[in-house]
Amino acid sequence: MRALLTVKNFLFVCCLVPFFILVFNAATGNLGANPIEKVRLFTGDWTLYFLLITLTITPLRKISGWNELIRYRRMLGLYAFFYACLHFFSYLILDQFFDWEEIGRDIIKRPYITIGVAAFVLLIPMAVTSTNKMMKRLGKNWKKLHSLIYLITTLGVLHFLWLVKADIREPVLMGIILISLLILRLPWLNNIKSYLKNRLAEQS
Amino acid sequence: MLTRKPSAIKPSEITPESIYRQRRKFMQDVVSTGVAGALVASFPGLILAKDKDSTAKLAGENLSAIGKSPYSTGEPLTPFDDVTTYNNFYEFGTDKGDPVRYSGQFKPRPWSIAIEGECARPGVYDLEDFIAPHQLEDRIYRLRCVEAWSMVIPWVGIPLGDMLKRFEPTSRARYVAFTTVYRPDEMPGQKRSVLQWPYVEGLRMDEAMNPLSILSVGLYGKVLPNQNGAPIRLIVPWKYGYKSIKSIVKIVFTEKEPPTTWNISAPGEYGFYSNVNPEVNHPRWSQRKERRIGDFFKRETLMFNGYADQVASLYAGMDLHKHF
Repeated sequence: MRALLTVKNFLFVCCLVPFFILVFNAATGNLGANPIEKVRLFTGDWTLYFLLITLTITPLRKISGWNELIRYRRMLGLYAFFYACLHFFSYLILDQFFDWEEIGRDIIKRPYITIGVAAFVLLIPMAVTSTNKMMKRLGKNWKKLHSLIYLITTLGVLHFLWLVKADIREPVLMGIILISLLILRLPWLNNIKSYLKNRLAEQS
Repeated sequence: MLTRKPSAIKPSEITPESIYRQRRKFMQDVVSTGVAGALVASFPGLILAKDKDSTAKLAGENLSAIGKSPYSTGEPLTPFDDVTTYNNFYEFGTDKGDPVRYSGQFKPRPWSIAIEGECARPGVYDLEDFIAPHQLEDRIYRLRCVEAWSMVIPWVGIPLGDMLKRFEPTSRARYVAFTTVYRPDEMPGQKRSVLQWPYVEGLRMDEAMNPLSILSVGLYGKVLPNQNGAPIRLIVPWKYGYKSIKSIVKIVFTEKEPPTTWNISAPGEYGFYSNVNPEVNHPRWSQRKERRIGDFFKRETLMFNGYADQVASLYAGMDLHKHF
């Protein structure tokens, strides 16, 4: 239990490193000629990274058999939400400064913003229901609700893909990672695993 | 084609005649100084003509004998560091910091420019000979990027029209096409096909002849840094930044509208004209407002980037929603 606590604390601080880097660069004037754009892109990147990291927990656990991993999933997911909030508010406050008319137009006219906002909104119920209490209260529905992460991450990757002008390397890479993570969840993986286990058992 | 009235010019935007006359006078003065400049074309102060083969020391070197221009804006300048570290120059990479990071290997000298197509004097001209007959001018222009940010940059350059006239374009020359150098060994961004290389751009002849259009060889009184399009680039201040093609090696007079790189890449987003227009929506960025680099609050984007007085007449009768 003690070990878990320290690992978790360590991980907790690690997840804050990007945030501290951002704050440090902002405080020292190292965000370049267009700091607002930098903040927006940086926090957007880290939202997607954390969504993908959260999605690696289950397949990693399955493959490695290291069940402890599940204990860190909620925190990673909440960090995805944390960076998503920073990303969203950097758009709302730094970029648009509450220019609701312009924001409304953006949401209607620009598909990448439409799905970006949608993904953010969908994250909110997930974050709210992440407590043990809510888990218990929702019962089976909790799992249903939290499978929204597949949709949210897909929207996030599309949001990134649609916003870049010509260089689609990064969003495509993220898309490939996402698809791989989804493939690893398919049941045939389990079948192969149990098949291999049986074969090994037979041989020994 | 006449489906819409040309963008109405507000009475407040019309230049009073007295100021207009003053401008004319000023222009005549500038032109006559330009002629004088041409007479002493070989004057040693024109550093560009000094040593053709030394490449390393040219970037950042001071240019001299620069004339002033009535077309310059008095707005506060964007700091030199921002102008030279925040660039869209995909030949060196797609990140804004890539051009300054990866353009060190690029050799802007020696340089020659091929003039081709519908003109009486085609040929390949050495950059120094290309520039020597002209008087360098300071042109402090607003630069509006399609990504909804803007800067104010003190370019040093020569009027494009004066330059083009020297090659005696024929009556069939209706457009001018420009091509950027293709050197994947020196321009790492060209190793990947993010865009179709080499970069190409074009203007209608009357746009090219407009006195606002210049070929720039410097900024902030210094030789153009590699990341800003060395050694010579186009500046068309009433159009989105990507029209102002960098590191030009070829200029062709054509009868037909030439292809342009961003239009090839995404025809629905980038048109041939690409005039700054707050009324024409872009699928990625609202063009109503822009953030001036260094500002927190956005400002309203002006029609033709604030150069409507000088260029609106070029598009009289055109539907700018269709010809975006």
